[in-house]
Amino acid sequence: MEKALFIIIAVIAVAAALNVLIQRNPLYSALSLIGTMAALSVLYVMLRAQFIAAVQIVVYAGAILVLFIFVIMLLNAPKQQLQIDKQKGLRYLAIPLAGLLLAEAFYVVWRVQDIAMPVVKEGEEAVGTTWSVGVALFTHYLLPFQVAGVLLLMALIGAVVLARREGDK
Amino acid sequence: MTTDQLLEWTIKIGVIFFILLTTVAYLSYVERRVAGWIQLRVGPNRVGPFGLLQPLADGLKFIFKEDIIPREASKWLYLIAPAAAIIPALMSFIVIPFGSSVTLFGREITLHVTRFDVALLYILGVGSVGVYGVMLAGWSSNNKYSLLGGLRSSAQMISYELSLGASIVGVLLVAGSLDLVTIVEAQGATSGYWLGFIPKWNIFLQPIGFIIFFLSAMAETNRVPFDLPEAEAELVAGYFTEYSSMKFAMFFMSEYFHLITVTSMATTLYFGGWNGPFIAEYPFLSLVYFVLKVFIFIFIFMWIRFTMPRFRYDQLMALGWKVLLPASILNLIVTATVILFVN
Repeated sequence: MEKALFIIIAVIAVAAALNVLIQRNPLYSALSLIGTMAALSVLYVMLRAQFIAAVQIVVYAGAILVLFIFVIMLLNAPKQQLQIDKQKGLRYLAIPLAGLLLAEAFYVVWRVQDIAMPVVKEGEEAVGTTWSVGVALFTHYLLPFQVAGVLLLMALIGAVVLARREGDK
Repeated sequence: MTTDQLLEWTIKIGVIFFILLTTVAYLSYVERRVAGWIQLRVGPNRVGPFGLLQPLADGLKFIFKEDIIPREASKWLYLIAPAAAIIPALMSFIVIPFGSSVTLFGREITLHVTRFDVALLYILGVGSVGVYGVMLAGWSSNNKYSLLGGLRSSAQMISYELSLGASIVGVLLVAGSLDLVTIVEAQGATSGYWLGFIPKWNIFLQPIGFIIFFLSAMAETNRVPFDLPEAEAELVAGYFTEYSSMKFAMFFMSEYFHLITVTSMATTLYFGGWNGPFIAEYPFLSLVYFVLKVFIFIFIFMWIRFTMPRFRYDQLMALGWKVLLPASILNLIVTATVILFVN
């Protein structure tokens, strides 16, 4: 049952991801990306990580992709049919990089043979709940968590500086 | 998972679906009657006694109207958009607890479809996904009014989602859980009363949070004074200008579903959910309390709609980003500090 569900969801995720690349219209690409995100969220639920699954939907499908589509709609892309610049040099660079990525993926599949599913526990021992994620973030991973926060703040301030025009004071 | 459990779930979902559809149909009637009452008019009163069969007549009308697809529209997205609007609107109800548990046919039945650890995040998630229906409708219609409506709406929903989420975190800090059933039970009679008679509802702990939540929720449902996405005077009808027949009705219904969702959330998070006197003796009363509280909120929403003028667009954005968001973050800091010192 679980395996069948996994295969269905995985196929949807990969198909949607491929569709992102195939589509010429950026709006359809962005919409396919939502499909990938939703499928990933279901996979997280199957791995008993409800919190990550919910955050995946709230942050990626609900905020980031909404902004993507917002920008595409503002530019009104279908009228102009954005053409990707044919940069020959980059294309030759892309092939070895794609090969490297594929090799990495195969290496992971080859090395990691069988991973045990996380054991379902109750209460404070449970993995993947809001409580356990929160505790892990604020104890064991406090420094990376804070660093990530500062990084995001820097990006925010940078965006504000860039958005402000010269004349505005 | 036993067959009994599966059957219970299916029946519950079916019943909730039926009740919601009926409620939405009658909300359109209630809305017009309330509008008539506030504006010293009569409102629909011709079809059946007191006009009570009006929603039925409207439904029939929607079904028999011609369904038009604009020639220049991007057809698939145009067809998908109403579904993309209504499905997330319906999905949020499975976690809302609308009563305690009752015994039916010798079986204890809890009056919520399901409960899980991240129910509140789930509601926020499907709520934010609901914006796609509006955006796609605006874009695929290939009409400048629709597009402007869709753009406005997505900007508004993104902006107010932040303050909505941040105001809810205050309740989470107080309740210590994201599970709506736990949040309701924490506000119940078992946790006692303040001064012997004031119930332990979160509204008394989070008054500022509630005000922020209320304003943001009103903006999320696109209702006056936040109905910029469909400002009739400027945009004809906003994102669903080109839609007709049942597809138009689906947008209409999804807006009422959102209205019921946010009022249910306000009840659940701040006003004790289904709690009230005598629910231990008569569990069915919990259902009555919940419906009553939700309808009081719906009435307030309608009252505001027919009393207030619409915001200007820059005022709307300024309120969201410069007032509500900082206020909700401040509320969060104060709440967290107080909880730290009390415990």
